[in-house]
Amino acid sequence: MSVATGEQSNSLFKPERGLFHARRRIAVYLSVGLTTIFAGAAILFLSYFVFYVAREGIQYINLDFFTQEPPLSNSGGGGIVTALEGSLVMLVIASIIGIPLGMAVGIYLAEFGRGRLADVVRFLVDTLTGLPTIVFGLFIWVLIVAPTRTFSGLAGGLALSIIMVPTVARATEEVLRLVPGSLREASIALGGTESRTILRVVVPAARSGIITGMLLALARVAGETAPLLMTSLGNNFFIPVDQLNITNTPLDAVPLRIFIFTLSPFPVQQHQAFAAALILLVLVIVTSLLVRLATGGFKERGR
Amino acid sequence: MATTPVSTTTARKQTSASWLERLRIQARRPGDFLFRGGIYLFVAIVLIAVAGIAWVLVERSWLSITTNGWSFLTNDAFDPNNNTYGVLPAIFGTLVTSAFALLLAAPIGIGTAIFLVDFSPRRLRAPLAFLVDAIAAIPSVVIGLWGLFVFAPWMQVTGGPWLQQHLGFLPFFQGTPRGVGLLTAGLILTVMILPILTAIAREVMLVVPVSQREALLALGATRWEVIRHAVLPFAQVGIAGGAILALGRALGETIAVTMVIGNQATKLSPSLFDTGYSLSSVIVNQFGEATPGIFQSAVLEAGLILLILTLITNILARLLIARMGSQRRYKGPVGRGRFGGVVDITRRPGE
Repeated sequence: MSVATGEQSNSLFKPERGLFHARRRIAVYLSVGLTTIFAGAAILFLSYFVFYVAREGIQYINLDFFTQEPPLSNSGGGGIVTALEGSLVMLVIASIIGIPLGMAVGIYLAEFGRGRLADVVRFLVDTLTGLPTIVFGLFIWVLIVAPTRTFSGLAGGLALSIIMVPTVARATEEVLRLVPGSLREASIALGGTESRTILRVVVPAARSGIITGMLLALARVAGETAPLLMTSLGNNFFIPVDQLNITNTPLDAVPLRIFIFTLSPFPVQQHQAFAAALILLVLVIVTSLLVRLATGGFKERGR
Repeated sequence: MATTPVSTTTARKQTSASWLERLRIQARRPGDFLFRGGIYLFVAIVLIAVAGIAWVLVERSWLSITTNGWSFLTNDAFDPNNNTYGVLPAIFGTLVTSAFALLLAAPIGIGTAIFLVDFSPRRLRAPLAFLVDAIAAIPSVVIGLWGLFVFAPWMQVTGGPWLQQHLGFLPFFQGTPRGVGLLTAGLILTVMILPILTAIAREVMLVVPVSQREALLALGATRWEVIRHAVLPFAQVGIAGGAILALGRALGETIAVTMVIGNQATKLSPSLFDTGYSLSSVIVNQFGEATPGIFQSAVLEAGLILLILTLITNILARLLIARMGSQRRYKGPVGRGRFGGVVDITRRPGE
């Protein structure tokens, strides 16, 4: 690597010979080589993984896969329309509850929050991001599902909404902090009140960043399985939208469907799990790619 | 009112006014009052929900805590039929797989971060960092799917026997490779925590002041010596924080681990080929049949233990990373070289 050899030429030392300098040079080669191998391995794994899932899954993706109920036996055919419907319903519920709560916490942390309480809230939000999501599923299960003895889409949506809150909150806080103070000062100088300043000036200025945060949060919960297993369970049958009751019917979801297919004894369904996984994978990776492009994340950050 | 830098000072002065007085001033502008009230209400809801999660888990598992006592932690079997509940194999499985994953992922993650910060061609840095991050975006169930149908069979036929042949003298690789088991779960976890470890190590290494690097380069240090003596000592606290955060992820990982850990309790042994349980896999496997009463309570106690474990690791990690954040300013010489903390590059052999 040219990086490694560059230093040698402008050295103040005489031509480098001897054990000491040999060791230094070997250390450079060794470190460059090893770290390159590590980074290469990580990226190689990702490409292999995406390629493998795509190769296994793509042959099962057709129109039926998006419009039919899951196959009940080894017959093949069928699809995951139930899972798509359920995922959509639960993500909407989760967004309706989780996004306002998360945004409010973000606004609080960026605009009002000072002192001990703000530190506590920030710390809690940070900690919440790292907790295993199954804990939230367990919470909803014991509070709602177990007493009523019905798994439901609402319970699933609630569990997902708790998971969304910290992601949305931190994203909102971060982008609101990037809005220049002069914008707020200008609004106040024009007679704007606090609420108007925040709602009409600061939040709109940070709009794209906040939307980005929401997308990330949605992409994250779209792949959650464990909390949904305990709250919405899964469902083999498609429920027409007009007959859908979110409070008493178990709903399917794409990650849940993958898990159920995995436990299936039929090879066809196991392969369909890869097809569903491919859909999820593409969705999640494309979202994070878009987010990265939108936030200009591919520019080299100065250091 | 303390919205902006402008009004900050006025807000400070007002703290002398009574609480009621401030409320009265705010009430003159009902819009602001409502807005602030709404925000505080939402924040309160979130705080109550968090407290509620902890409280519900403690309260609902109290029956199991009082009935089973310490035997819950030391008992081998989680067996509702015989009314005995214990999670020793689950705690063992959780800790062993997570520790294994951390030990393996830490050097790889730090190495990848070093490459991304220092060695990678400038133009490739951000795209490569994105690709590593993208591994974190793979849903757990998709990793588990691959783990169960591709990786576990490979481990049974190729990986396991190879380890046994070459490292079989170690107590970790005794017994029969079964495919699923602690080793497979640990390796899957390694992949899953690698991105977060890399991301945080990279972040803290980017925070190291340029002057630190330049100083060592000016002394004639090689690229590696700069990393070894200026970057790593400066970043080690943050890297440790990232490692602990990654450990927390590994401890709580559910679906992928459940799919490949085997879910069969064996006698506790150092062999990683054994199948086992993790705390989260016990919950996933048992909650379906859990009848109200002691059974349900025992499942929740497993969740409570998981919560406490991950809470401790997360708080520890956040404290370490926060310390790193406040460390940005230059605080004297770094490194542990021979002279005054800066490594002595000029020393020639024999001098």
